[in-house]
Amino acid sequence: MKPAIYWILWLIASFILCPILPGIINKVKAFFAGRKGPSVFQLYYDLFKLLKKGSVISNTSGGLLKLAPCVSLAAIMVAALLLPLGIVNSPLAFQGDVILFFYLLGTARLVTVWGALDTGSSFEGMGASREMQFSALAEAAIFGIIGCLATLTRRGDLTMLPSTAFSSSIHAVAILLCALAFFIILLMENCRVPADDPNTHLELTMIHEAMILDYAGPDLALILYGASLKLWLFASFFVILLFPAISVGMLLSSVIFLGGIVAAAVVVGIIESSIARYRFIKVPQMLVGALGLSLIALIFLIFFDGGVK
Amino acid sequence: MDLFYKLANGSSADLSLIPVLSEEEFRKAVIETVKAGSRIETMFAMPEEKMFRIFAVLLTPAEHILNITSMKVSEKYQALTPELAAAHLFEREIAEQYGIIPEGHPNLKPVRFHESYANKAPWTGEKAPEIGNIDFMTMQGKAAHEVAVGPIHAGVIEPGHFRFQCMGEDVYSLEISLGYQHRGIEKMLEGKVTPRTIRFSETAAGDSSIAEATVCASILEALDGVEATPAARKIRAIALELERIANHVGDLGALAGDVAFLPTASFCGRIRGEYLNMTAELCGNRFGRGLVVPGGVKAGIEPERAEKILKWIERVYPELKNALDLMFDCPSVLDRLENTGKVSKEVAQELGLVGMAGRASGLLLDTRYDLPLKSGDPRVKRISLKHCTGEVMARAHVRYREIETSHEFIIRMLSEDLKGDIRTQYSGRVPAGKIAVAVVESWRGELCHAAVTGEEGTFRRYKITDPSFHNWTGLAMALRGEQISNFPICNKSFNLSYCGHDL
Repeated sequence: MKPAIYWILWLIASFILCPILPGIINKVKAFFAGRKGPSVFQLYYDLFKLLKKGSVISNTSGGLLKLAPCVSLAAIMVAALLLPLGIVNSPLAFQGDVILFFYLLGTARLVTVWGALDTGSSFEGMGASREMQFSALAEAAIFGIIGCLATLTRRGDLTMLPSTAFSSSIHAVAILLCALAFFIILLMENCRVPADDPNTHLELTMIHEAMILDYAGPDLALILYGASLKLWLFASFFVILLFPAISVGMLLSSVIFLGGIVAAAVVVGIIESSIARYRFIKVPQMLVGALGLSLIALIFLIFFDGGVK
Repeated sequence: MDLFYKLANGSSADLSLIPVLSEEEFRKAVIETVKAGSRIETMFAMPEEKMFRIFAVLLTPAEHILNITSMKVSEKYQALTPELAAAHLFEREIAEQYGIIPEGHPNLKPVRFHESYANKAPWTGEKAPEIGNIDFMTMQGKAAHEVAVGPIHAGVIEPGHFRFQCMGEDVYSLEISLGYQHRGIEKMLEGKVTPRTIRFSETAAGDSSIAEATVCASILEALDGVEATPAARKIRAIALELERIANHVGDLGALAGDVAFLPTASFCGRIRGEYLNMTAELCGNRFGRGLVVPGGVKAGIEPERAEKILKWIERVYPELKNALDLMFDCPSVLDRLENTGKVSKEVAQELGLVGMAGRASGLLLDTRYDLPLKSGDPRVKRISLKHCTGEVMARAHVRYREIETSHEFIIRMLSEDLKGDIRTQYSGRVPAGKIAVAVVESWRGELCHAAVTGEEGTFRRYKITDPSFHNWTGLAMALRGEQISNFPICNKSFNLSYCGHDL
């Protein structure tokens, strides 16, 4: 099979499989709580249910509210086109696509924030302000990680991910530090504990959930699906970073890729089951911590591996 | 003439014995007595000969006695609140019910938004004010913003409105506006005393059914001149502690849920059910409805059932301790609960906080000791007030300690002999012109009912004062300077009753 076809198959599989990740996380959480928990396919049922429902739009809305879910999902889907899925580089990859990748995800967030502000609700405004505050800090950490990986692989596009290699102990340390920092960002960007609590019903403590309070029906379905796809993309990024492309054949790399994503979801579930959510003041500390980790990795590379040539 | 009439808990006296002081005397007597270590159990007004008689019932812990006094006013009097913050909600309530204006009250607003009993509300006259529409305290400034939460909340909880004045994430002040659950229970209890009276009072706050029924039964018994049998009193005490455990377990679980600490949240949800089922084992109802009847209890506890419940506790209690230790040993949970929502001892004292929340702020108050219904009855061990610094953590800790002492008490009681008559001959007599007051420590704090009888067989005035009525202001104070995102755990740590407040 040609790598491009293999990659396209994984792209389609990603779009189909992504709603299973929240299901896996919830199943793990249920296990730790001694409950049976909902089926891992629950999000599929929810999506189908929501698509059949109607929705109510706030009178104060100027239209952005209605537009946001579509644009946001579209941006995330386009971002998916750039990622090396199944540990094979995207045929669409180009120099600097890593910047586009993260700013497409940023666009998705920006329109969601606009939609939230469009409702005129104080809760949504509060959620939007928190989301922007935290994502600004997360962005710094993300580019710290990218800078480090670019230094490591001498590449400026997403093909840097499969090109990382544990070729020396210095590289291994740098990659592991980046992976750890990225996992923290994954938790924050996907509104998981300890940064946010996706299950809470308490408006005053919400970040992301507060912004989507006004949505119902198909709009909410688009948002929920978009969120699961975003989680899939972050988990893929994390897995590809840790398991660079070694010539193991497509079957085995598929198994590693899929297994890695499921494992990432399980780890998220375990974290959510074993620690409480941080208070808001601590979330920036956590994000700055992630930035710190990536900078340490970068310093490591510069001092012990010849640095930027 | 004495300034106060001294009444034992759960007893009655002729109304004519209660002193009627002048406005100045009343004001001075109440303020000085409270400053000297008593606390306000309740204050209420009652129409009398085209005027109004305002009663004040104070609890004096040192003497284990209730001090009652009264004054007559027609339209207005000088408010006690500026010198006695604990009276502020009572004065608002009196103003709302009978249109008596406390002059100089700093925060005179509706409490429950119902029609005035005397057709002359200070704000809207005959009409009931629009609910939730009050002149909220606001903050001016460019960055200041207001957040309104409720009355409809996400989740299955009671309705209430919270108005926050914020700068960014920081709360400068919180104003709580309730009244959505007002059903007019006090009015329904007036008039003829029927077998339904106690069932009505039971519904004042559903999660404290046993406590409500026990207080009401004590009043009816006091008026009838009878006393519940020792076996009945023991069973009531067991049921009260079961109610306490069930609620504390539920609250600790909910607190864990609010900080997204899953294991304890899930376990406590289930374990609370076990304790509710134990209550059902006693009387057939999970909330203990119908267990307490005037003169005793509906059903006794035979040795076999005592044995069954003991075995049950033996099985569930270790699971509960395990679930709670998981939470209290988890650093990330402790980080959320510590230094959050502090109510200092001084503020708690001044506002007159009662019960569990008061103890968590370091106030040594518990009517099981300060004012037992019958001295000499077996008592629950007193909890230590170590580390009771008024934070969310302290309120969680007090709950944990009370769960332990309540278990110890229940196990001790069930192992004892519970045989004997469970009911005395209660004739249902309600003599004319009496006043009766009873106080019981419900799981939230002291619950006070006061009844004034009119003609033979009728209540002229029935006043219920739920511990929540004392404590809601405490929650508002806990939020000062707190992060708005910490409101849910502060709220849960108090877990006050909306319907107990709204009646």
